[in-house]
Amino acid sequence: MNQFEQYRRRFIGGALAAAGAALVPGVMLIEVAHSRAPEEGVSSKHRWGLLIDTTKCATGCNECVTACNTENGLSGKTGLQDSQWIRKVELTNNKTGATHSLPMMCQHCEHPPCVDVCPTGASFKRADGIVLVDRHICIGCRYCMMACPYKARSLVHEDLNDTQLAHMPRGKGCVESCTLCMHKVDRGDGTTACAEACPEKAIVFGDLNDPGCEIAQRLATYASKEVRADLGLNTGVRYTGI
Amino acid sequence: MYIVNRELEGNSKGYWALLGGLGALILLGLFAAYNMEHHGHVITGMNNQIVWGLPHVFAVFLIVAASGALNVASVAGVFGKKAYKPLAPLSALLAIALLIGGLAVLMLDLGRADRAIITAWKVNPKSVFSWNVVLYSGFLGFAAAYLWTMMDKTVKPLYPYAAYGAFVWRLILTTGTGLIFGFLVARQAYGTGLLALMFIIYSLLYGTAVYVLVLMTAYLGGQRPLGADVMRRLKNMLLIFIAASFYATLVYHLTNLYYAKEWEFERFILLDGGLYTVLFWVGQVIIGYAIPFVLMALPGTRDNRNMIALSSVLIVLGALAQMYVTIIGGQAFPLELFPGFTEKSSFFDGEIHAYTPSHWEWMLGIGGMAISFAMVAFAVKILRILPESLADEVADPHAKK
Repeated sequence: MNQFEQYRRRFIGGALAAAGAALVPGVMLIEVAHSRAPEEGVSSKHRWGLLIDTTKCATGCNECVTACNTENGLSGKTGLQDSQWIRKVELTNNKTGATHSLPMMCQHCEHPPCVDVCPTGASFKRADGIVLVDRHICIGCRYCMMACPYKARSLVHEDLNDTQLAHMPRGKGCVESCTLCMHKVDRGDGTTACAEACPEKAIVFGDLNDPGCEIAQRLATYASKEVRADLGLNTGVRYTGI
Repeated sequence: MYIVNRELEGNSKGYWALLGGLGALILLGLFAAYNMEHHGHVITGMNNQIVWGLPHVFAVFLIVAASGALNVASVAGVFGKKAYKPLAPLSALLAIALLIGGLAVLMLDLGRADRAIITAWKVNPKSVFSWNVVLYSGFLGFAAAYLWTMMDKTVKPLYPYAAYGAFVWRLILTTGTGLIFGFLVARQAYGTGLLALMFIIYSLLYGTAVYVLVLMTAYLGGQRPLGADVMRRLKNMLLIFIAASFYATLVYHLTNLYYAKEWEFERFILLDGGLYTVLFWVGQVIIGYAIPFVLMALPGTRDNRNMIALSSVLIVLGALAQMYVTIIGGQAFPLELFPGFTEKSSFFDGEIHAYTPSHWEWMLGIGGMAISFAMVAFAVKILRILPESLADEVADPHAKK
């Protein structure tokens, strides 16, 4: 082996070592960032959902919205670019003039269009039916916002300036929506912030799969409705009285 | 006479001014992307109602035009029309350049552009966007292979495979682009497979128009002869594609008009949608279809190449108007959650959504176009893309062999 060859080999060896050293921290970080698989810890035995009685929901009352904003660290601002995870929709029947008021949020579909269109799998549905956005792999393409029939999603348009809460990480440039207060569900609160806050108890949280649960019993007794039932999405949020 | 392809000399002041101008536009586009990344989308006009804005108008136009730009090459390689063979290398080059420009805009507009690469390994087989990652890269591969087999005689046996592969792929690609919207189930403007076919037809018109403009600019700037025969053929293609595009638009709106549930949406686009109505009738139909059709069909103007150039410019303007109406108009019309009810909320339910693009969005979109044209300008100087002459006596007898 001549001197040049030796030099060349040393150079290649050095370059490989440098590349390796540069890559190792990244590989290690991937290990650290590896989050819990969606199936872990939650079970498809449950199907969490909400039942909303629109006959109890009062026009002008915004308690559920305020509670959601407080619980999840949202600003509560309602500009064109602000996040709104839940909103009150006021309805007027075009023929009769009858009015209804109801809260609208992510409907936690069994077949969510947002999950279908997401190019990275950031939009996903947990085994227990809660539809979420994985903020680690959301690229902010907003295709889910185009696909959602309920306009339930928002993009974080600007810096959050440390307004985030420990249990509800958010991210500039990522899409977000109602998580069905999964942090509360996971720690066994058995309710959501909106349901807790409603003075009329118009929002009932529960397990659609558990026949002993209030929500399942009510659904078995009274006529209820899915919004845009024609789309066949089998929503986890149901409405009565409309 | 034989066709000889040669690099453009590209030493004129005009060439460097063109390249410099395009470079400046690219820098402005990148500056806009940086600001959108730094401050967030708050500096754009896009919002939680109009989630895709002006950057998408430019991006989808470029991507659709990319597949259409390949059409000229396909006429030679797939349909065996020899007259188009000398025109083919520019066609494949333009297809590649337009796609890259469009993709650049799309990627730089992401809320988290730094994470775009995630789409490469996190694949969702149900997502049209996920398919498009494969379709776009495949198209670049096929178009590049096609260009290679055209320019390198040693791989000539592979030419037909590349030609057919690129042709089939481009149809699949534009199907995928149309279905980005076609598979959106809930919105009144979308949710129809017809959009896939419409986008394919539109692509033929837009891509050919851009091709004509680039070809004429290159031959005028490069002081190379460009014969009437070539121009006549391209003009005839444009005429057919205008008619086809108009027909596709007609079928789309007639279908909607037949469904009572779509009347409100059609009324919005066709009658009282303000800017969207104006852009549809004046932009897409009159500027994009009617005027260029008349200019290229009437005996007084049809043989005038300035009129063909003007028509191509009008077609491109009409194309941008069409994309604006399709993409932004489709979002501006509110989602109908409760048919039969008037809806009102703090999240703008039941009302026409407002959108005013910011200068950042214009900069990003135009920057993407500049990327495409700078790539072409650069490539024709370093590669043997353009025939030295496309004069009738060179190009025409070639056709009759």
